[in-house]
Amino acid sequence: MQWESISDFFAMGGYGLYVWGSYSVTALCVVIELVDLRKNR
Amino acid sequence: MKPRHKRLILVLVALALLGLGATFVLKAFRSNLVFFYTPTEVFAGQVPQGQAFRIGGMVLEDSLQRNEDGVTVRFAVTDTMENVPVQYTGILPDLFQEGKGVVAQGRMDKQGIFVADQVLAKHDENYMPPEAAEALERARKIKMEAE
Amino acid sequence: MATFFFLVAAILTVWGLYIGFFVAPTDFQQGESYRIIFIHVPAAWMSMLIYLVMSFWAAIGLIMNTRLSSMMAHALAPTGALMTFVALWTGAFWGRPTWGAWWVWDARLTSELILLFLYIGYMALRASIEDPRRGDRASAILALVGVVNVPIIYFSVQWWNTLHQGASVSLTKSPTMATSMLTGMLVMALAFWMYSIAVSLMRVRRIIRDREGNATWLSESSGVQ
Repeated sequence: MQWESISDFFAMGGYGLYVWGSYSVTALCVVIELVDLRKNR
Repeated sequence: MKPRHKRLILVLVALALLGLGATFVLKAFRSNLVFFYTPTEVFAGQVPQGQAFRIGGMVLEDSLQRNEDGVTVRFAVTDTMENVPVQYTGILPDLFQEGKGVVAQGRMDKQGIFVADQVLAKHDENYMPPEAAEALERARKIKMEAE
Repeated sequence: MATFFFLVAAILTVWGLYIGFFVAPTDFQQGESYRIIFIHVPAAWMSMLIYLVMSFWAAIGLIMNTRLSSMMAHALAPTGALMTFVALWTGAFWGRPTWGAWWVWDARLTSELILLFLYIGYMALRASIEDPRRGDRASAILALVGVVNVPIIYFSVQWWNTLHQGASVSLTKSPTMATSMLTGMLVMALAFWMYSIAVSLMRVRRIIRDREGNATWLSESSGVQ
């Protein structure tokens, strides 16, 4: 494993904004889709 | 003939026509959808004259020079056949490196220098840990010395 | 059924992300930024695959005049659009640090954007036609017209000079990725696939209920014609 600490993990070698910006929006899309499907049940 | 078969034939004919149409569109696109020109094409005069375009290739090894102002750089773009000198003022992308892919947008000046207003790094499709890359590089050097 | 696929998707996601973030090493040229690949590539693959499956069902619905296949096509569109959006979004967040630009108009990016417009156009066309059967037919034709875009996306990096790099994984050559990176990506691709199946199953159930109603569904939909 290449991470020395939690903050090291979140920093992503300086690319934190881009990596987490990608993953968070993807997760948000999935949540929106699932909520929409539940709402119209 | 059943209506189902009739519809099948109609769909097939429509698809065939579409395929034909798409082929023509692609043919037309081929000349327009060029994202960048290679240095060889630049020297052959196949680039749009008097307007901005992009050139792509490798950054020639040992060609990168920084001016005294610290933000202007000069380097050569090569496709191993021809080299085009490039001048650029601005921040280079993280992956910009000698011997690596690059795409620059700008125009030719009168001295034959390509003055870029945007420089993009074009990386390849290889993904590996640094240790593996170093091992490959060592092997390549040994092979080159042997030849 | 859907619950089963959701469960598999969740397990695969946890496994895939574990490999992606804790097993896969740093990349030699891109550093940690390459970790976006674990969602970018699966989303891009699914965006194309879902379009092909959607067009297949739309074509079957058009030729055989079956309602259920048209409803399958209908159910796939939103998930396909979502996958396309995710591929474009993560691509922008990957392109900015590596290439130096959020967006460029090269053939790969442009054709993927066209795919998003095709999905949106498909859904909009459907929504604009009141009679569902007419909507099925009109949208099926749009879907079939758009199929030509899928091979264009896939082969764009070979056919034209693009900023986007070539394929790391393809049927014709061995992958150009370290094993653990490749495993993580493939597991995530499988997870996205299972998720898409789960979500479209849920959605098709809702569409059947909305369109057919319980009683008429049983009596009318058994026949093909």
